[in-house]
Amino acid sequence: MRIILHIWRQRNATDQGRMTRYEVPNVSEHMSFLEMLDVLNEDLIAKNEEPVAFDHDCREGICGMCGCMVNGVAHGPLPGTTLCQLHMRHFKDGDELYLEPWRARAFPVVKDLVVDRTAFDRLIAAGGFISVSTGSAPDGNAMLVPKEKSELSMDAAACIGCGACVAMCPNASASLFMAAKIAHLALLPQGQPERERRVKAMVGQAGQELFGSCTNIGECEAVCPKEIKLEVIARMNRDFLKASWTGREE
Amino acid sequence: MSALAISPLHRAARFWEAPIGKKAVMAITGLILFGYVIGHLLGNLQIYSADHQQINRYAAFLHNPANAIPLWVIRTALLAAVILHIVSAVQLWLQNRAARPLGYKKKADVPTSYAARTMRWSGVIVGAFIVFHILHLTVGSVLPVHEIAANEPDVRYNVITGFQNPLVAGFYILAMILLCMHLYHGLWSMFQSMGFSHPRYTPLLKKGAALVAILIAVGNISIPIAVLTGFLTL
Amino acid sequence: MQLDSKCPTGPIETRWERHQFNLKLVNPANKRKHTIIVVGSGLAGGAGAATLAELGYNVKCFCFQDSPRRAHSIAAQGGINAAKNYHNDGDSVFRLFYDTVKGGDFRARESNVYRLAQISLNIIDQCVGQGVPFAREYSGYLDNRSFGGAQVSRTFYARGQTGQQLLLGAYQALEKQIGRGQVTMFPRTEMLDLIVIDGRARGIVTRNLITGKIESHLADAVVLGTGGYGNVYYLSTNAKGCNATAIWRAHKRGALFANPCFTQIHPTCIPVSGEYQSKLTLMSESLRNDGRVWVPLKKGDKRPPGQIPAAERDYFLERKYPSFGNLVPRDVASRNAKQVCDEGRGVGETGLAVYLDFAESIERLGASVIKERYGNLFDMYERITGEDPYKVPMRIFPAIHYTMGGLWVDYNLMSNVPGLYVTGEANFSDHGANRLGASALMQGLADGYFVLPNTINDYLASTKLEKADTSHAAVKEAEANVNSITQKLLATKGTRSVDSYHRELGKIMWEYCGMARTAEGLKTALSQIPGLREQFWRDVKVLGTGEELNQSLEKAGRVADFLELAELLCLDALERNESCGGHFREEYQTPEGEAQRDDENYSYAAAWEFRGVGLRPELHKEPLTFEYVHPAQRSYK
Repeated sequence: MRIILHIWRQRNATDQGRMTRYEVPNVSEHMSFLEMLDVLNEDLIAKNEEPVAFDHDCREGICGMCGCMVNGVAHGPLPGTTLCQLHMRHFKDGDELYLEPWRARAFPVVKDLVVDRTAFDRLIAAGGFISVSTGSAPDGNAMLVPKEKSELSMDAAACIGCGACVAMCPNASASLFMAAKIAHLALLPQGQPERERRVKAMVGQAGQELFGSCTNIGECEAVCPKEIKLEVIARMNRDFLKASWTGREE
Repeated sequence: MSALAISPLHRAARFWEAPIGKKAVMAITGLILFGYVIGHLLGNLQIYSADHQQINRYAAFLHNPANAIPLWVIRTALLAAVILHIVSAVQLWLQNRAARPLGYKKKADVPTSYAARTMRWSGVIVGAFIVFHILHLTVGSVLPVHEIAANEPDVRYNVITGFQNPLVAGFYILAMILLCMHLYHGLWSMFQSMGFSHPRYTPLLKKGAALVAILIAVGNISIPIAVLTGFLTL
Repeated sequence: MQLDSKCPTGPIETRWERHQFNLKLVNPANKRKHTIIVVGSGLAGGAGAATLAELGYNVKCFCFQDSPRRAHSIAAQGGINAAKNYHNDGDSVFRLFYDTVKGGDFRARESNVYRLAQISLNIIDQCVGQGVPFAREYSGYLDNRSFGGAQVSRTFYARGQTGQQLLLGAYQALEKQIGRGQVTMFPRTEMLDLIVIDGRARGIVTRNLITGKIESHLADAVVLGTGGYGNVYYLSTNAKGCNATAIWRAHKRGALFANPCFTQIHPTCIPVSGEYQSKLTLMSESLRNDGRVWVPLKKGDKRPPGQIPAAERDYFLERKYPSFGNLVPRDVASRNAKQVCDEGRGVGETGLAVYLDFAESIERLGASVIKERYGNLFDMYERITGEDPYKVPMRIFPAIHYTMGGLWVDYNLMSNVPGLYVTGEANFSDHGANRLGASALMQGLADGYFVLPNTINDYLASTKLEKADTSHAAVKEAEANVNSITQKLLATKGTRSVDSYHRELGKIMWEYCGMARTAEGLKTALSQIPGLREQFWRDVKVLGTGEELNQSLEKAGRVADFLELAELLCLDALERNESCGGHFREEYQTPEGEAQRDDENYSYAAAWEFRGVGLRPELHKEPLTFEYVHPAQRSYK
């Protein structure tokens, strides 16, 4: 099939950027979306045009490196799927696709479809961890975790940090990302000692990174490739409210 | 020895600074305003009473100088709630708008989120309507307010004559539809903001919120419709 | 060159403890005077960087991805082994040690493997402490499952995302140290050369992938946790960015490269669908717990699987290996799949696939149990192939997955270049000729959390390092080397893209140095690779400049290194006239078609010394001795 692409081209962080039209003939339905872009890039190189820069790595939906907006939807039309796992059989001959990078003040564009997501790392550095010095942990079975809690925790821990939630959110909020980590750790007994510090520190950091805030719209949940639920944001809100009013430490 | 190193005032200020704190303020003030909307609806529906003076007696009760103190306490609380609700909303809106300086050329939306995405517009229009509504029926600067006696407004007359004007009735109906959307999102979202969400109850909550919002809108909208269709006459 | 493995002697149970006691320590106040460079942020690199920082060292950590959380350890699905014996099924440290040495076909050091088995216990505790949501039973206790190459259930897992969860644990520990300022993180930064001053590894030259800036970083020791070289085959289960540049350039600076021909093929991958294929997707071999592998009995049987009656199916693994059945080790499962496809009994459009069938398990356990165990894998399979594995059997085929070979290291994980440590998949140490499932995560974390932070002290405490700064001649020379490579790649302005060369190299490697190798095939590969490399340098086309994000340039540098490494890999495979583990030479097999080792002549680690591009490297042999597990033909029958 033939696919028409309108791709955001931007040389570097300071360049203005613009949409450019390309055509990819002979797209196989078995190709992944990124393989279709590979084919485009090989064509561009053959024509001495610079290939489109896009982030990708594992191509099996787990590293969280890839992703762009496809016709205004983060990671494209298939729910619960990263861009690398999206296959061309979900498109049809002659489709016109608009590819744009994640857009948020906290995610500046580096080049073309590549953005800088280091703000996510700083959110984790602010408190998204359990402090346990190597070697100091007790036996793995010393602390029991009810299966239901463990499963819920795993649901939240499945986040791959791709940034689709921020990209899709009308407010460019990182709430789903942040809340997934907070919920993952707060659901486990190991996460209790630092629970209040963690939520306060991470929420504070999100403000400094200039992410927007959650207004309970739910677009993040709709595009999350790991189908993380809005419920985690409620958990974060609850923990934050509690920590704000009852916490003693400063 | 751990101590409360922070004063309650300082704590409140920091709470207000955090977006989640502001959303909690919006949830609580929203709940207060929702209570008022219910009360107001119950008052309005008295217009259907066979006893035409029923609603006027209710108005006279509210306006009775003996009840002035509770009335103004409530009015002040409502005003404070409105101000906090709006100020939080505006501040969050500005912050959130700044979080994405350059928008998408093409952006799709999740269909179910329509009410949520339009909260600020439904809010602004409902807010404008409230101002108009007070000017119309309380202050009387749109149409003269008829009084049976001092502090005894002729509500039935004012409402019916007001709604006989199709523009007034139309604006009222539009505002109520937007209020319905605003309430639908606000009612379930309030729980989310305050930290309650559960896969079993949240879907029920959303349905309940829709039902309540629609009932409120239907109850209120029925009045101008009844006037325009001639079901309610002087 | 004399290779000193520094392995302790005496009773194996106490070797590590005694060795640790003999290592010198750095007192806490002095730790902050040392800087350590860690390249790579996966399980080995990330865990190492976090732990070293926790101990008080200043750490500079580098990764080419945009965040340390993206390292390819994240893609490991199945689980991590530990000899906890929580299930009272006869497991022990000794059994894990035994299984690993045997699984590695007797080409690993006993001392290293025993230490690995001992540390496996601490790893689970550490990860649980960090909040890794391992699968639990209803009682709240940790759950285990069984895995290929073992008859006990010792594999801990977090759904099909064990690698992800373990990596996030290490990443979070690392981020904490970054937040404290103890680690300086350099994402989107690639190591392009090793700086060796007075014979010691003292730093690295890097390229900032966004600005193109070439920079030198100096330190007291350099740790490479940069993963394996499976992408030399182009199509592999590795991430697209996985590369051998760090270890290869260290090799060119003197570090020995050991056992490059020990590459592992993973039996359960989704088959290739076309020329544009950019990578292969692995599905956890835990699938083999409940899936049955079969092909039609008849050649060229093109009927849909559902129409082939049981009597006309060949469940070849169950038939040939009754006691392990579908759970034979990876190399055995892969080779058998290739064999039946070579016989013309492969399935699917290309004939390069075998069925992995869950019909019976679904009938026995119910679809919901299967969904709970493998739901995400089934979803992934359906997303990629468009077929529903609950209804039709999966089609699977082996693919390059892991490389047991890597830079030679001693028991302390130090290479022959003093001050250069190599951890995880990047080194050659613990898996011998074949790695057992769920052992890569174990090794990466053992090296990163527990071994390296203990052994590196000894070097730092016992070595007097001269002060050096970036004006040193060795630094300038390394920078000049990096700049000249970049300039050359950009200036060639040829006709073919980098990928086209990589693809071509991959085809040569898979054809002649893949699942089964022959002397003749390897010689063919060795005659083709230099020509391809020469053509690459004459005709590669890299557009753009070096002063910006230039993904073609990044790839070009990596492919240039693969073109050299490929030659060494084939040479090593040719030199090793035996079959063992992942290295299967068709000339050396038992009458039943099993791998035939030659312990008399090849019971050694082959460590190669670089002599120049295109020149024959020098082979150094580290003899292997077995005191506890006596070499025997591996049998899984």
